[in-house]
Amino acid sequence: MKISVTVNGQTHESDVEPRTLLVQYVREDLGLTGTNIGCDTSSCGACSLHLDGEAVKSCTVLAVQADGSQVTTIEGLATDGKMHPMQEAFMQNHGLQCGFCTPGMVMAAIGLLNENPNPTEDEVRIGLEGNLCRCTGYHNIVQSILACAKGGK
Amino acid sequence: MIPSLFDYKRASSAAEAISLVTEYGEDAKFLAGGHSLLPLMKLRLAAPSVLVDIGRLKDLSYITDAGSYIAIGALTRHMDVETSSIVKQHVPLLACAAGHVGDPQVRHRGTIGGSIAHADSASDLPATTLALGATYVVQGASGTREIAATDFYKGFLESALRPDEMLTEIRVPKMNGAGWSFQKFNRRAQDWAIVGVAAWRGNGGSGVALVNMGSTPVLATDVAIALASGASVADAAELAAAQADPQSDLNASAEYRTHLAKVLVRRALEEASK
Repeated sequence: MKISVTVNGQTHESDVEPRTLLVQYVREDLGLTGTNIGCDTSSCGACSLHLDGEAVKSCTVLAVQADGSQVTTIEGLATDGKMHPMQEAFMQNHGLQCGFCTPGMVMAAIGLLNENPNPTEDEVRIGLEGNLCRCTGYHNIVQSILACAKGGK
Repeated sequence: MIPSLFDYKRASSAAEAISLVTEYGEDAKFLAGGHSLLPLMKLRLAAPSVLVDIGRLKDLSYITDAGSYIAIGALTRHMDVETSSIVKQHVPLLACAAGHVGDPQVRHRGTIGGSIAHADSASDLPATTLALGATYVVQGASGTREIAATDFYKGFLESALRPDEMLTEIRVPKMNGAGWSFQKFNRRAQDWAIVGVAAWRGNGGSGVALVNMGSTPVLATDVAIALASGASVADAAELAAAQADPQSDLNASAEYRTHLAKVLVRRALEEASK
Protein backbone atom coordinates (compact mmCIF):
# COMPACT_ATOMS: atom_id res chain seq x y z
CA MET A 1 0.00 0.00 0.00
CA LYS A 2 1.24 3.49 -0.83
CA ILE A 3 1.74 5.80 2.11
CA SER A 4 3.09 9.29 2.60
CA VAL A 5 4.74 9.99 5.93
CA THR A 6 6.68 13.08 6.96
CA VAL A 7 9.57 11.97 9.13
CA ASN A 8 11.79 14.58 10.77
CA GLY A 9 10.47 17.16 8.34
CA GLN A 10 11.08 15.14 5.20
CA THR A 11 8.14 13.60 3.34
CA HIS A 12 8.57 10.01 2.18
CA GLU A 13 6.33 8.32 -0.38
CA SER A 14 6.62 4.60 0.27
CA ASP A 15 4.99 1.34 -0.73
CA VAL A 16 4.64 -0.93 2.31
CA GLU A 17 2.93 -4.17 3.23
CA PRO A 18 -0.03 -3.39 5.51
CA ARG A 19 1.57 -5.49 8.25
CA THR A 20 4.71 -3.35 8.35
CA LEU A 21 5.15 -1.88 11.82
CA LEU A 22 5.98 1.79 12.10
CA VAL A 23 9.22 0.95 13.93
CA GLN A 24 10.20 -1.43 11.16
CA TYR A 25 9.37 1.25 8.57
CA VAL A 26 11.56 3.94 10.14
CA ARG A 27 14.43 1.54 10.84
CA GLU A 28 14.50 -0.62 7.73
CA ASP A 29 12.86 1.46 5.00
CA LEU A 30 14.18 4.85 6.10
CA GLY A 31 17.39 3.68 7.78
CA LEU A 32 16.66 5.61 10.98
CA THR A 33 17.99 3.06 13.45
CA GLY A 34 18.06 5.38 16.46
CA THR A 35 14.61 4.10 17.39
CA ASN A 36 15.23 0.75 19.05
CA ILE A 37 13.14 -2.40 19.26
CA GLY A 38 13.27 -3.75 22.79
CA CYS A 39 10.47 -5.95 24.05
CA ASP A 40 8.40 -5.73 20.85
CA THR A 41 5.25 -6.05 23.00
CA SER A 42 4.48 -2.37 23.82
CA SER A 43 5.91 -2.73 27.32
CA CYS A 44 9.44 -1.33 27.35
CA GLY A 45 9.11 1.95 25.43
CA ALA A 46 12.46 1.68 23.60
CA CYS A 47 10.60 2.22 20.31
CA SER A 48 8.91 5.46 21.47
CA LEU A 49 8.74 8.20 18.87
CA HIS A 50 6.39 11.09 18.24
CA LEU A 51 3.39 10.60 15.97
CA ASP A 52 1.67 13.91 15.26
CA GLY A 53 3.41 15.40 18.28
CA GLU A 54 2.63 12.69 20.82
CA ALA A 55 4.80 9.89 22.18
CA VAL A 56 3.66 6.46 20.97
CA LYS A 57 5.15 2.97 20.92
CA SER A 58 6.00 2.39 17.28
CA CYS A 59 6.13 -1.40 17.67
CA THR A 60 2.35 -1.30 18.12
CA VAL A 61 1.45 1.05 15.29
CA LEU A 62 1.21 -0.01 11.65
CA ALA A 63 3.03 2.14 9.12
CA VAL A 64 -0.27 2.44 7.22
CA GLN A 65 -1.82 3.99 10.33
CA ALA A 66 0.80 6.74 10.12
CA ASP A 67 -0.10 7.56 6.51
CA GLY A 68 -0.39 11.34 6.22
CA SER A 69 1.13 11.93 9.65
CA GLN A 70 4.14 13.73 11.05
CA VAL A 71 6.72 11.51 12.75
CA THR A 72 9.67 12.68 14.82
CA THR A 73 12.40 10.24 15.77
CA ILE A 74 15.47 10.75 17.95
CA GLU A 75 17.41 11.68 14.78
CA GLY A 76 15.07 14.63 14.25
CA LEU A 77 15.71 16.38 17.57
CA ALA A 78 19.06 18.10 17.02
CA THR A 79 19.07 21.35 15.07
CA ASP A 80 22.13 22.72 13.30
CA GLY A 81 24.34 20.18 15.01
CA LYS A 82 23.12 21.24 18.45
CA MET A 83 21.43 18.67 20.66
CA HIS A 84 17.87 19.13 21.87
CA PRO A 85 17.78 20.47 25.47
CA MET A 86 16.48 17.10 26.66
CA GLN A 87 19.41 15.29 25.06
CA GLU A 88 21.72 17.87 26.62
CA ALA A 89 20.08 17.33 30.02
CA PHE A 90 20.54 13.55 29.77
CA MET A 91 24.22 14.11 28.98
CA GLN A 92 24.80 16.63 31.77
CA ASN A 93 23.00 14.52 34.38
CA HIS A 94 24.39 11.15 33.32
CA GLY A 95 20.88 10.00 32.46
CA LEU A 96 22.08 6.90 30.64
CA GLN A 97 24.49 4.02 30.92
CA CYS A 98 24.24 1.49 28.11
CA GLY A 99 22.04 3.84 26.09
CA PHE A 100 19.62 1.28 24.68
CA CYS A 101 16.51 2.76 26.30
CA THR A 102 17.72 6.34 25.83
CA PRO A 103 16.11 7.29 22.49
CA GLY A 104 12.74 6.09 23.78
CA MET A 105 13.32 7.75 27.15
CA VAL A 106 14.15 11.07 25.52
CA MET A 107 11.12 10.94 23.23
CA ALA A 108 8.83 10.00 26.14
CA ALA A 109 10.40 12.71 28.30
CA ILE A 110 9.84 15.42 25.69
CA GLY A 111 6.25 14.23 25.33
CA LEU A 112 5.85 14.36 29.09
CA LEU A 113 7.05 17.97 29.31
CA ASN A 114 4.86 18.96 26.35
CA GLU A 115 1.84 17.83 28.37
CA ASN A 116 3.12 18.93 31.79
CA PRO A 117 5.90 21.55 31.53
CA ASN A 118 6.61 21.72 35.27
CA PRO A 119 6.20 18.22 36.67
CA THR A 120 7.00 17.14 40.20
CA GLU A 121 9.46 14.29 40.68
CA ASP A 122 6.53 11.93 41.29
CA GLU A 123 4.84 13.06 38.10
CA VAL A 124 8.03 12.39 36.14
CA ARG A 125 8.32 8.89 37.60
CA ILE A 126 4.67 8.10 36.87
CA GLY A 127 4.95 9.70 33.43
CA LEU A 128 7.80 7.32 32.60
CA GLU A 129 5.85 4.19 33.51
CA GLY A 130 5.90 3.12 29.88
CA ASN A 131 9.70 3.13 29.58
CA LEU A 132 12.00 0.56 31.10
CA CYS A 133 15.69 1.09 31.90
CA ARG A 134 17.74 -1.83 33.15
CA CYS A 135 20.89 0.14 34.05
CA THR A 136 20.27 3.36 35.89
CA GLY A 137 17.60 2.67 38.44
CA TYR A 138 15.91 5.69 36.85
CA HIS A 139 17.34 8.22 39.32
CA ASN A 140 19.47 10.16 36.86
CA ILE A 141 16.86 9.91 34.14
CA VAL A 142 14.37 11.59 36.45
CA GLN A 143 16.99 14.20 37.41
CA SER A 144 17.69 14.86 33.72
CA ILE A 145 14.02 15.52 32.97
CA LEU A 146 13.60 17.74 36.01
CA ALA A 147 16.73 19.68 35.01
CA CYS A 148 15.39 20.12 31.49
CA ALA A 149 12.04 21.34 32.85
CA LYS A 150 13.81 23.74 35.19
CA GLY A 151 15.78 25.07 32.28
CA GLY A 152 12.45 26.19 30.86
CA LYS A 153 13.10 24.44 27.62
CA MET B 1 7.46 -9.86 15.57
CA ILE B 2 5.34 -9.19 12.52
CA PRO B 3 1.66 -10.08 12.08
CA SER B 4 0.69 -12.61 9.45
CA LEU B 5 -0.46 -11.22 6.09
CA PHE B 6 -3.74 -9.38 5.95
CA ASP B 7 -5.59 -7.01 3.65
CA TYR B 8 -6.00 -3.47 4.90
CA LYS B 9 -9.16 -1.44 4.24
CA ARG B 10 -9.55 2.09 5.50
CA ALA B 11 -13.12 3.12 6.24
CA SER B 12 -14.21 6.71 5.77
CA SER B 13 -17.51 6.32 7.64
CA ALA B 14 -19.13 3.98 10.15
CA ALA B 15 -21.53 2.79 7.46
CA GLU B 16 -18.64 1.94 5.13
CA ALA B 17 -16.83 0.11 7.94
CA ILE B 18 -19.88 -2.00 8.68
CA SER B 19 -20.43 -2.74 5.02
CA LEU B 20 -16.79 -3.84 4.71
CA VAL B 21 -16.96 -6.28 7.63
CA THR B 22 -20.28 -7.55 6.34
CA GLU B 23 -18.61 -8.20 3.00
CA TYR B 24 -15.57 -9.97 4.44
CA GLY B 25 -17.37 -11.84 7.21
CA GLU B 26 -15.88 -13.26 10.38
CA ASP B 27 -12.29 -13.07 9.13
CA ALA B 28 -12.45 -9.28 9.22
CA LYS B 29 -11.68 -7.24 12.32
CA PHE B 30 -12.05 -3.57 13.12
CA LEU B 31 -8.80 -1.73 13.87
CA ALA B 32 -9.21 1.29 16.14
CA GLY B 33 -6.12 2.32 18.13
CA GLY B 34 -4.72 -1.18 17.71
CA HIS B 35 -3.40 -1.51 21.25
CA SER B 36 -5.38 -4.65 22.03
CA LEU B 37 -5.53 -6.22 18.57
CA LEU B 38 -2.02 -5.61 17.18
CA PRO B 39 -0.19 -7.25 20.13
CA LEU B 40 -2.35 -10.37 19.63
CA MET B 41 -1.66 -10.32 15.89
CA LYS B 42 2.09 -9.95 16.44
CA LEU B 43 2.02 -12.99 18.70
CA ARG B 44 -0.08 -14.74 16.02
CA LEU B 45 -2.80 -15.34 18.57
CA ALA B 46 -5.10 -13.50 16.18
CA ALA B 47 -4.81 -13.64 12.40
CA PRO B 48 -7.69 -11.76 10.77
CA SER B 49 -7.43 -11.81 6.98
CA VAL B 50 -8.84 -8.29 6.67
CA LEU B 51 -8.37 -5.28 8.93
CA VAL B 52 -10.94 -2.53 8.57
CA ASP B 53 -9.28 0.61 9.92
CA ILE B 54 -11.82 2.79 11.70
CA GLY B 55 -9.14 4.87 13.40
CA ARG B 56 -9.78 7.91 11.21
CA LEU B 57 -13.50 8.21 11.95
CA LYS B 58 -13.11 11.45 13.88
CA ASP B 59 -16.87 11.80 14.27
CA LEU B 60 -16.75 8.84 16.68
CA SER B 61 -14.34 10.65 19.00
CA TYR B 62 -16.33 12.88 21.33
CA ILE B 63 -17.44 13.37 24.92
CA THR B 64 -20.80 15.05 25.48
CA ASP B 65 -23.11 15.74 28.39
CA ALA B 66 -26.42 14.10 27.47
CA GLY B 67 -28.34 15.05 30.61
CA SER B 68 -28.55 11.95 32.80
CA TYR B 69 -25.49 10.35 31.23
CA ILE B 70 -22.20 11.18 29.53
CA ALA B 71 -21.94 9.98 25.94
CA ILE B 72 -18.47 8.95 24.81
CA GLY B 73 -17.69 8.11 21.20
CA ALA B 74 -16.12 4.68 20.81
CA LEU B 75 -12.97 6.09 19.20
CA THR B 76 -12.23 8.48 22.06
CA ARG B 77 -8.71 7.79 23.25
CA HIS B 78 -7.92 6.89 26.86
CA MET B 79 -5.91 10.11 27.21
CA ASP B 80 -8.94 12.16 26.18
CA VAL B 81 -11.23 10.34 28.63
CA GLU B 82 -8.66 10.71 31.41
CA THR B 83 -8.25 14.46 30.93
CA SER B 84 -11.81 15.44 29.94
CA SER B 85 -13.29 18.03 32.31
CA ILE B 86 -16.79 16.62 31.60
CA VAL B 87 -15.74 13.08 32.53
CA LYS B 88 -13.79 14.28 35.58
CA GLN B 89 -16.81 16.24 36.80
CA HIS B 90 -19.60 13.73 36.18
CA VAL B 91 -17.94 10.28 36.11
CA PRO B 92 -14.66 10.76 37.98
CA LEU B 93 -14.29 7.01 38.51
CA LEU B 94 -14.06 6.52 34.75
CA ALA B 95 -11.54 9.34 34.32
CA CYS B 96 -9.38 7.76 37.03
CA ALA B 97 -9.62 4.27 35.52
CA ALA B 98 -8.78 5.58 32.03
CA GLY B 99 -5.61 7.08 33.53
CA HIS B 100 -4.61 3.62 34.76
CA VAL B 101 -4.74 1.96 31.35
CA GLY B 102 -1.27 0.96 30.17
CA ASP B 103 1.05 3.97 30.10
CA PRO B 104 1.00 7.43 28.47
CA GLN B 105 2.10 6.14 25.06
CA VAL B 106 -0.61 3.46 25.13
CA ARG B 107 -3.22 6.02 26.25
CA HIS B 108 -2.33 8.22 23.27
CA ARG B 109 -3.42 5.46 20.89
CA GLY B 110 -5.83 3.10 22.66
CA THR B 111 -9.56 3.86 22.58
CA ILE B 112 -12.37 3.25 25.05
CA GLY B 113 -14.42 1.45 22.41
CA GLY B 114 -11.52 -0.76 21.40
CA SER B 115 -10.91 -1.75 24.99
CA ILE B 116 -14.56 -2.60 25.62
CA ALA B 117 -15.09 -4.42 22.31
CA HIS B 118 -11.96 -6.48 23.03
CA ALA B 119 -13.78 -7.58 26.21
CA ASP B 120 -10.68 -8.53 28.17
CA SER B 121 -11.58 -9.17 31.79
CA ALA B 122 -8.07 -8.02 32.76
CA SER B 123 -8.63 -4.56 31.24
CA ASP B 124 -9.67 -1.65 33.40
CA LEU B 125 -12.48 -0.08 31.39
CA PRO B 126 -14.81 -3.06 30.84
CA ALA B 127 -15.12 -3.56 34.61
CA THR B 128 -15.31 0.17 35.33
CA THR B 129 -18.15 0.81 32.88
CA LEU B 130 -19.86 -2.32 34.21
CA ALA B 131 -19.70 -0.96 37.77
CA LEU B 132 -21.13 2.34 36.57
CA GLY B 133 -24.11 0.71 34.84
CA ALA B 134 -23.09 1.85 31.36
CA THR B 135 -24.94 1.11 28.15
CA TYR B 136 -23.13 0.42 24.89
CA VAL B 137 -24.56 1.56 21.55
CA VAL B 138 -23.72 -0.68 18.62
CA GLN B 139 -24.36 -0.23 14.94
CA GLY B 140 -24.74 -3.08 12.46
CA ALA B 141 -25.96 -3.84 8.99
CA SER B 142 -29.50 -4.15 10.33
CA GLY B 143 -29.48 -0.98 12.44
CA THR B 144 -28.55 0.32 15.86
CA ARG B 145 -29.18 -1.29 19.23
CA GLU B 146 -28.25 -0.69 22.84
CA ILE B 147 -26.66 -3.36 25.02
CA ALA B 148 -26.44 -2.98 28.79
CA ALA B 149 -22.93 -3.59 30.08
CA THR B 150 -24.42 -6.33 32.28
CA ASP B 151 -25.49 -8.22 29.11
CA PHE B 152 -22.37 -7.52 27.05
CA TYR B 153 -19.59 -9.76 28.36
CA LYS B 154 -20.13 -13.38 27.36
CA GLY B 155 -16.80 -15.14 27.91
CA PHE B 156 -13.04 -14.80 27.52
CA LEU B 157 -12.62 -12.03 24.89
CA GLU B 158 -16.21 -12.69 23.84
CA SER B 159 -18.96 -10.13 23.79
CA ALA B 160 -22.54 -9.77 22.59
CA LEU B 161 -21.29 -7.92 19.50
CA ARG B 162 -22.21 -9.70 16.28
CA PRO B 163 -19.49 -9.99 13.62
CA ASP B 164 -21.05 -7.19 11.55
CA GLU B 165 -21.59 -4.85 14.49
CA MET B 166 -19.45 -1.95 15.60
CA LEU B 167 -19.47 -0.37 19.05
CA THR B 168 -20.10 3.33 18.45
CA GLU B 169 -20.91 4.96 21.79
CA ILE B 170 -20.55 4.35 25.50
CA ARG B 171 -23.22 5.91 27.73
CA VAL B 172 -22.19 6.27 31.34
CA PRO B 173 -24.74 7.45 33.92
CA LYS B 174 -23.62 10.51 35.87
CA MET B 175 -22.39 9.71 39.36
CA ASN B 176 -24.09 12.76 40.89
CA GLY B 177 -21.43 13.20 43.55
CA ALA B 178 -21.33 9.57 44.71
CA GLY B 179 -18.09 8.47 46.40
CA TRP B 180 -15.83 6.25 44.35
CA SER B 181 -12.53 4.40 44.27
CA PHE B 182 -10.40 2.59 41.72
CA GLN B 183 -7.99 0.02 43.08
CA LYS B 184 -5.43 -1.66 40.86
CA PHE B 185 -3.02 -4.20 42.24
CA ASN B 186 -0.10 -5.06 39.99
CA ARG B 187 3.54 -5.94 40.39
CA ARG B 188 4.93 -3.66 37.71
CA ALA B 189 4.02 -0.18 36.56
CA GLN B 190 1.92 -0.15 33.34
CA ASP B 191 0.96 -3.83 33.77
CA TRP B 192 -2.51 -5.31 33.74
CA ALA B 193 -4.15 -5.62 37.13
CA ILE B 194 -3.58 -8.88 38.97
CA VAL B 195 -6.87 -7.84 40.57
CA GLY B 196 -8.62 -4.50 40.18
CA VAL B 197 -11.73 -2.97 41.69
CA ALA B 198 -13.96 -0.17 40.42
CA ALA B 199 -16.46 0.94 43.05
CA TRP B 200 -18.89 3.76 43.79
CA ARG B 201 -21.29 4.37 46.63
CA GLY B 202 -23.86 7.09 47.28
CA ASN B 203 -27.33 8.41 46.46
CA GLY B 204 -28.82 5.26 47.98
CA GLY B 205 -26.92 2.81 45.82
CA SER B 206 -23.55 1.25 45.06
CA GLY B 207 -21.74 -0.58 42.31
CA VAL B 208 -18.66 -2.77 42.54
CA ALA B 209 -16.96 -4.55 39.64
CA LEU B 210 -13.81 -6.64 39.55
CA VAL B 211 -10.94 -6.70 37.05
CA ASN B 212 -9.25 -10.02 36.23
CA MET B 213 -11.40 -12.16 38.53
CA GLY B 214 -12.73 -14.51 35.86
CA SER B 215 -13.18 -14.88 32.13
CA THR B 216 -15.37 -11.75 32.06
CA PRO B 217 -15.39 -8.57 34.14
CA VAL B 218 -17.40 -9.38 37.26
CA LEU B 219 -20.18 -7.34 38.83
CA ALA B 220 -19.99 -8.06 42.55
CA THR B 221 -23.76 -7.95 43.10
CA ASP B 222 -23.67 -9.62 46.52
CA VAL B 223 -21.58 -6.74 47.83
CA ALA B 224 -24.11 -4.17 46.65
CA ILE B 225 -27.03 -6.20 48.08
CA ALA B 226 -25.27 -6.51 51.45
CA LEU B 227 -24.57 -2.76 51.59
CA ALA B 228 -28.20 -2.01 50.70
CA SER B 229 -29.39 -4.16 53.57
CA GLY B 230 -27.17 -2.32 56.02
CA ALA B 231 -24.06 -4.52 56.19
CA SER B 232 -20.79 -2.88 57.21
CA VAL B 233 -18.14 -2.26 54.57
CA ALA B 234 -15.96 -4.97 56.14
CA ASP B 235 -18.77 -7.54 56.07
CA ALA B 236 -19.88 -6.63 52.55
CA ALA B 237 -16.29 -6.88 51.28
CA GLU B 238 -16.13 -10.49 52.46
CA LEU B 239 -18.64 -11.24 49.67
CA ALA B 240 -16.38 -9.68 47.02
CA ALA B 241 -15.64 -12.90 45.16
CA ALA B 242 -19.11 -14.46 45.42
CA GLN B 243 -19.78 -13.90 41.71
CA ALA B 244 -16.17 -14.43 40.59
CA ASP B 245 -14.39 -17.42 39.12
CA PRO B 246 -10.72 -16.40 39.14
CA GLN B 247 -7.98 -18.24 37.29
CA SER B 248 -4.56 -19.22 38.56
CA ASP B 249 -1.71 -18.01 36.37
CA LEU B 250 1.94 -16.92 36.51
CA ASN B 251 1.09 -13.88 38.61
CA ALA B 252 -1.28 -15.26 41.21
CA SER B 253 -3.23 -18.30 42.32
CA ALA B 254 -7.01 -18.25 42.34
CA GLU B 255 -6.92 -18.30 46.17
CA TYR B 256 -4.64 -15.28 46.27
CA ARG B 257 -6.85 -13.42 43.79
CA THR B 258 -9.88 -14.16 45.96
CA HIS B 259 -8.05 -12.79 49.00
CA LEU B 260 -6.96 -9.71 47.05
CA ALA B 261 -10.50 -9.07 45.84
CA LYS B 262 -11.80 -8.95 49.41
CA VAL B 263 -9.02 -6.65 50.59
CA LEU B 264 -9.29 -4.32 47.59
CA VAL B 265 -13.10 -4.15 47.73
CA ARG B 266 -12.88 -3.23 51.40
CA ARG B 267 -10.32 -0.51 50.65
CA ALA B 268 -12.37 0.73 47.73
CA LEU B 269 -15.57 0.93 49.75
CA GLU B 270 -13.80 2.64 52.63
CA GLU B 271 -12.51 5.26 50.22
CA ALA B 272 -15.88 5.55 48.45
CA SER B 273 -17.71 5.92 51.77
CA LYS B 274 -15.65 8.89 52.97
